[in-house]
Amino acid sequence: MVGPVHKLAVGAHYGGWDWLVQRATALVMLAYTVLFIGIVLWNGGLSYPVWKSLFANGAFRVVSFVFMAALLYHAWVGARNVLMDYAKPTALRLALMIVVVALLAAYAGWTVQLLWGDA
Amino acid sequence: MRFSIYRYDPEKDAAPRMQDYDIELDPHDRMLLDALIRLKTVDDSLAFRRSCREGVCGSDAMNINGKNGLACITNLKTLKEPVVLRPLPGQPVVRDLIVDMTQFFAQYHSIKPYVVDDEPPPERERLQSPEEREVLNGLYECILCACCSTACPSFWWNPDKFVGPAGLLNAYRFIADSRDHDLEWRLDNMQDPYRLFRCHSIMNCVDVCPKGLNPTRAIGNIKSMVVKRAV
Repeated sequence: MVGPVHKLAVGAHYGGWDWLVQRATALVMLAYTVLFIGIVLWNGGLSYPVWKSLFANGAFRVVSFVFMAALLYHAWVGARNVLMDYAKPTALRLALMIVVVALLAAYAGWTVQLLWGDA
Repeated sequence: MRFSIYRYDPEKDAAPRMQDYDIELDPHDRMLLDALIRLKTVDDSLAFRRSCREGVCGSDAMNINGKNGLACITNLKTLKEPVVLRPLPGQPVVRDLIVDMTQFFAQYHSIKPYVVDDEPPPERERLQSPEEREVLNGLYECILCACCSTACPSFWWNPDKFVGPAGLLNAYRFIADSRDHDLEWRLDNMQDPYRLFRCHSIMNCVDVCPKGLNPTRAIGNIKSMVVKRAV
């Protein structure tokens, strides 16, 4: 009879890549944070007009989107790490991963809406 | 001196328990292992592993007052009473302070812990320069006592998939060896998201290593090589 094999399935090859991307996205987020704080300090504090003019700038919206993309990918790697450690049954782990991906995709859509949607 | 020792015989006991001992030590009893051997003259049902009694064989690794270490090189003067002794954490207990190391050694074997060289053997030895030999310092000294791997939460959660600090230190020992010709396989073996990358550099391994080795640094070097190869 053809049944499932109870061997340990290891050898997926994305470990190194994801480890690297998690670090790269952290640097992107750090750069954006420094940039943002710098801009706020340069303008003498955060007020509605400063915020408004900042996000009226198309380039800053793109930079903000890159930041959010980095954040979401970073969150994906981190959330998956947690699930790999604690969600042991494969079906449960896969289901939770799908939930996380769906949630992060929704955040991505929401980000686009906030940055380029009608104010 | 007062001790509180984990007792469990899976064949007889329903659950593990802690047993208290109060024992008069001889002035010549200096290390924890001396005290354990003396305790065994009082209660011969107490089970623990030991062999070389000088920190070379790695048999008497146990959890001493909450920290993994070797009983034979732990000075009794450094221990707070009652001395709480438990088996290495996260491993199946065979009896009392003895754990089943099958999984630990399976992980060690999974990294091919030997020099791979398919070239025809040379007339004389496979020589290394002093610089090439120097690279192995801090790697070859591992005695496989399992203090590090059993102190690592990533190894607790995924002992079947994560190689663990001891295995990874040894993986790097052969990656770094100038005589080894199997680098490609060795790095392929590390690409998996579990085998190497469960390490999040919390450095419990460095904290407990009785030989003063640094598995986290070795793991960092493997990660660097994986990245170097990919980008």
